[in-house]
Amino acid sequence: MLPVIYYIGLSAVLFTIGALGVLIRHNPIVIFMSVELMLNSANLAFVAYARAFGELSGQIFVFFVMTVAAAEVAVGLALIVAIFRSKHSIDIDQMNTLKG
Amino acid sequence: MTGNLILFIILAGVAVGSALAMMFSRNAIYAALFLILNFITVALFYLILDAPFIAISQVTVYAGAIMVLFLFVIMLLGAEQTGRTPSRWWYQPVSLFLGVVLLVEIAIILFSQSGVGSASVEVPSTFGSPLAIGELLFTRYLLPFEATSILLLAAMVGAIVMTRGEKK
Repeated sequence: MLPVIYYIGLSAVLFTIGALGVLIRHNPIVIFMSVELMLNSANLAFVAYARAFGELSGQIFVFFVMTVAAAEVAVGLALIVAIFRSKHSIDIDQMNTLKG
Repeated sequence: MTGNLILFIILAGVAVGSALAMMFSRNAIYAALFLILNFITVALFYLILDAPFIAISQVTVYAGAIMVLFLFVIMLLGAEQTGRTPSRWWYQPVSLFLGVVLLVEIAIILFSQSGVGSASVEVPSTFGSPLAIGELLFTRYLLPFEATSILLLAAMVGAIVMTRGEKK
């Protein structure tokens, strides 16, 4: 196995790209995808350390992160659909009022 | 060792390239497809790291279910392209600067602890198999497992309530 630092470095790069995507993009769906990318990079770090320490608990946590990500996507996309219904647009710059 | 390194570099290149392509593609459909490519590459990394069960869940749950949901919503809303809103001129440079700062911070933390986990541990051949994962999941992590089922139920109910029409 390669040194674990390689995988952690890749995970850090992917996490940064995801964070930049959240900051730069205007489309809320793409922002959501960037959040998924960040969760995924955290999962990669979990699995890499699980292998490096020979401890299965890291993989169990990846399982839980996947579950939370699935729940988050279901609720988040429902929110986007609800916002689109009331405003007929999902541009992030126009979501500046709490009241629909 | 060199074979492993070459494989790692190729896969890492694909992963980073597809992530960057996701961030910069104008069309949200292309972004979703690049993200699927990225997820599959990460699943291959899981296979290399002796986590076959996680790798298969990654492909079915992430690249399958979640991304199909994304593509469905993109096509439902017709949100492939959002119009170019004139954003403030300082927005992108500041974002890039913050991203670079984040990367440097992570790099500093990593290199200050580069010794952690560097010793190569031999693992049994059943490491990461569905049997081992299931055994741990239903004994030591039984309570969190049940909690996630409540979480999924709550998310399901929440999604249904939020997308329900206003009319009675």
